[in-house]
Order: sequence, then C-alpha cells, then structure tokens
Amino acid sequence: MNSILETGVTDCHPASLPDYVPVSELRELQLIRLQAVVTRAWRRVKLFRSRMTERGLAPEDIRSLEDIAKLPFTQKSDLRDTYPFGLFASPMKDVVRLHASSGTTGKPIVVAYTKEDVEVWTSVVVRCLAGCGLNRGDIVQIAYGYGLFTGGLGAHYGAEGLGAAVVPTSGGNADRQIMLMKDFGVTAMCCTPTYFLHLIERAAELGVDMKELSLKAGVFGAEPWSESLRQHIERASGIEAFDIYGLSEIIGPGVGCECRRHQGLHIFEDHFYPEIVDPATGTPLPDGDEGELVLTTLSKQAIPMIRYRTRDITALLPGTCDCGRTLRRIGRIGRRSDDMLIIRGVNVFPSQVESALLEIEGVLPHYQILLTRQQGLDQMEVQIEVTSQMFNDKIGALQRLHEKLQGALDHVLGIRVRVALVEAHSLERSQGKAKRVIDRRTL
Amino acid sequence: MKIQQISLFVENKPGHIAAPARLLAQEGVDIRALYLADTQQYGILRMIVSDCQKAAGILELHGFVAKVTEVLAVEVPDHPGGLADVVGALEGTGINIEYMYAFPCRRGDKAILIFRFADPDAAIAHMQTAGINLLESNELLNL
Repeated sequence: MNSILETGVTDCHPASLPDYVPVSELRELQLIRLQAVVTRAWRRVKLFRSRMTERGLAPEDIRSLEDIAKLPFTQKSDLRDTYPFGLFASPMKDVVRLHASSGTTGKPIVVAYTKEDVEVWTSVVVRCLAGCGLNRGDIVQIAYGYGLFTGGLGAHYGAEGLGAAVVPTSGGNADRQIMLMKDFGVTAMCCTPTYFLHLIERAAELGVDMKELSLKAGVFGAEPWSESLRQHIERASGIEAFDIYGLSEIIGPGVGCECRRHQGLHIFEDHFYPEIVDPATGTPLPDGDEGELVLTTLSKQAIPMIRYRTRDITALLPGTCDCGRTLRRIGRIGRRSDDMLIIRGVNVFPSQVESALLEIEGVLPHYQILLTRQQGLDQMEVQIEVTSQMFNDKIGALQRLHEKLQGALDHVLGIRVRVALVEAHSLERSQGKAKRVIDRRTL
Repeated sequence: MKIQQISLFVENKPGHIAAPARLLAQEGVDIRALYLADTQQYGILRMIVSDCQKAAGILELHGFVAKVTEVLAVEVPDHPGGLADVVGALEGTGINIEYMYAFPCRRGDKAILIFRFADPDAAIAHMQTAGINLLESNELLNL
C-alpha cells in the first residue's frame, strides 16, 4: 500500500484505498482480469464462444486493453433470449443469489451471483458510500425496493458492510418513511431521486421540515436525474445529494458513484471496465465524446458480462478528479439511447422536458408526458401538477404561468406540445422509477 | 378588517368540486360563500368558510393545493348606484380590484360584496375615509 501513501491521500476510508491505486497498476490489473474473464466466458458460455468463433477470435487474442474493441457486444436481448440461465458461467451449486428485472414486457431478465460476486458487490457499494462521506455511526435508510430488484439489497449490503446502522424500509409508505427519518435521526437516505422528491413534498404536507432533521446525505440512483433536480433537492431538504450508478446486468447499484467533489461519477474500474461507443455504429469514441456507455465486468463469476451495451448516454471525463482518486469518471447520465421519443419526426428525450420545466423559477412539479395520435398525427401533452409555489388565486397569474411553461417547452423541444395544468397528486406517484411517459399512440 | 379566504386549484372536470366539499363537510367546516373562477381547463374555487385555518389544514393534508388570501367584506347600499358609489371611492387612487363577488347573506338592508385588492391596506384607508363600512371577520361569519 506504499503507492497509496505516495498519493498524499490521508483522509480516506480504508475501504476506499483501491480508489487511489496508481493508474499504471490499475491498467495492469484490468488487463489480467480482462483476460481471465474472457477465458472464463469463452469456456463456459456457449453464446459468447460462438460469437468469438464467428469472428475468428480466441481468448489469447486479447493481449492489451485496447484489444477489448475486438470482442462482441452483449445486449439486453441476449439475457432475454437465454432466459433464465443461458448466460451462467457458474453451476447452480456456486450461485448464492438470483435477481430479476421487473419485466414489464414479456420475460424478465435474470442475474446471478456467486458468494464472491456478492462480496465484490458489497465492497463497491461500501466504496460508494464512503466516497459520499458516510461511515460507521451513520444511520442509513434504504427506500429502494427490496426483493427481485437489485436496488434494495445492493444498497443494504453495502451500508451494512460500511458499518452503518441500516433501516431497511424498502419502498412505499411515505408517511412511515418520514416518521422513521425523524424519530431515528436518519443521517442518509438511499432511494430513487423521484421517490425522495415525493418524500420532500409529503413531509411538507405533514408539517415536517426536512432541513430540521439529522439527514445530511442522499444517495440517489436507478434513474437518470438532472443537475437542476439535484439543486432543487439540496435546497428543499438541506442535504448533499449524490448520484450513484449501476445496473442489474452488471452487478446492481455500485458500478460508479460521485465523490464529494461532484465532478462526475467514479467507475470502480478494478471491477467494471468502461468504454464509450457510438450508439449507431458501435465504434469506440475518445474520452470526452458523448456516446453509449459499454461495460465489461472484470471479476464477475456467475454471469460475466462482456461489452454490455447499457443504452445510457454519457462521456468518459478527461483529466482527474480533485479528490485524488485515480478511477476514471463518467458524466452524469442525462438520458438513455432507448428512451428517445420520436414525435412528428422530431427526437424528444423526457429529460429535455424536465430541464425545460426546471428553467422556470420555482417550478419542479411532477409531470407526465402523454402521447396520442389524432388523424395520423402525433400529439404530445405534458401534464404538470400545480404545486403550492406555482398556485396563485388569480386566473390571470395561472394563465401567465401556463403560457410560460408552454413557451419553455416549445422552445426546448422544437415542436408544439399541449400543456395541461392538473391537480396536485393526480399523476401516478413513483414508488420506484418514475413513469414519465404514457404512449397511447396506435397505428 | 381583513377576511381570510381559501382558494383551491381544481381541474375543470366533472366531480372535481365534490372531493374538497366532502372533506370540509366531514370536518364540520361550513362554506359561507363560494365563487368559482374558471377557464376551459381548470378553475380556482374561492371560499369563505367558518374556520379558514382548519379548512386549509384539512385540504393540504389530503394533498390539495390551497392558499389562504385576505379579502375585504364591504357593505353596499342595496339600491341603484350603491355599487357605483363604493367603487367610485377608489377612482383616481390607482387601487386595482383584482376580483370581486357577492356574499350571499345581507346585513339589514345592505348587501355585502367581497373584494380582493393587491394592496388591501390602501383600499381600507380610502374606503374608510369615504365612510364605507367594512365588516370584521366575526361580523361576517355570524350573519
């Protein structure tokens, strides 16, 4: 560990030491692990071996980290097509945990963990939370769903591994969440950013001032959220909000996380190798260029994921973070390549709607996008809940607000949308991930 | 002098007045005056109730967006020209009436109008100078 002392890092949590390994050592470790994982997948996963063979590739062809670009991609449909256990590289006797996606359409996707995989998962979540400044003595409430979804248990093991006191509330029952936050003196919250927004709103209705609570940090993930949303959350609740990134196909939460500098999310590169590719062609892009994040698991046993297409759009940030970590960073995920909507031929991302709404001072309402087709023409309606900050008892003031929202949306999206002001709490609330788009277009 | 009024955002759809009305009824809050300002899509329900703070608390607890605002209850002689005299007292003062509506009960031979001003204090001063009677909250609610 001499090399870490040389970096001059003095105030880090012991679990975070791997975050500061010199880059040359990290690259060596990554190459050794990449070669091992490719060999494992080639020997044990039929789909991967046949794709390698098609390209005339063998594990020995991976001689440098750059050679990763020769390997075939894996995507979500591969997990669906091989449901349930087709991509396993471990026999069931070595598997200690199975998780599955919520599976809104058709079969879910299944992911598996050996005992060592669970240990790696725990260690990366510990590093996330330590990077957020949390430690033994903190009381961490976990309002991600527990169960088949990886969010709840992933955060739980990490928080426990850190030595924090864990309050495993799972999702739902906002009133009880708020009561426990207050009565237990909870210092950190793990949930989706939209669920936390819901808690802020509900706390205000119950007369609880979040700023008066012991809560100091929120570790929010499982859905893309904007910088403006962070500012809103921090202002409204007085906490420091961190963005955590992960996906079940790779491991669950803990693939990457912000540190207290909030200059992007550090990827735990000793376990997950990041690349950015052009989403249309799959060509690797240089650092700083925006594209689709592709991840390779370097140490996963049960399901090694080689060049998994995340569909998340971001960039690898050039340069190093002021915190001293040598781990590379990705920019915050603003959108996914697959949540793009095409409306009357124009590309629209739900995140654009959010930023347009946020541009209007004091407005961070719940909203929903409703798509319909009338006489063959796509119609987009943005339904916005009227909050008490927005509400004014003069019709003229409401109409001006309506026009302002309309103008901001037209401007950002470049298409005409219908804006509807609706009553508070009339849109479906997210207990997990926000349901922002309802598509009722039929051909 | 100032009367508390509660305003509620409601969508302009069938049944949307029922829920808040039912909540107030359950808690024994009496609606004394009511005025609905509406557009095609939504409206603002303005009410003067027997206990404004209680009503606001109940409605907010149930997720409604409610705002308490201050209005004035003005006595108006119930004969032709009565209203003209009252609003005439404000002419040339730059005081703008944001909205107004009639209170359903009379006080003796006088009608009562509810006024919302951007600057209620200035309006009070001018009306009192003109000898116009403004009702206190307890006077209004006991009619």
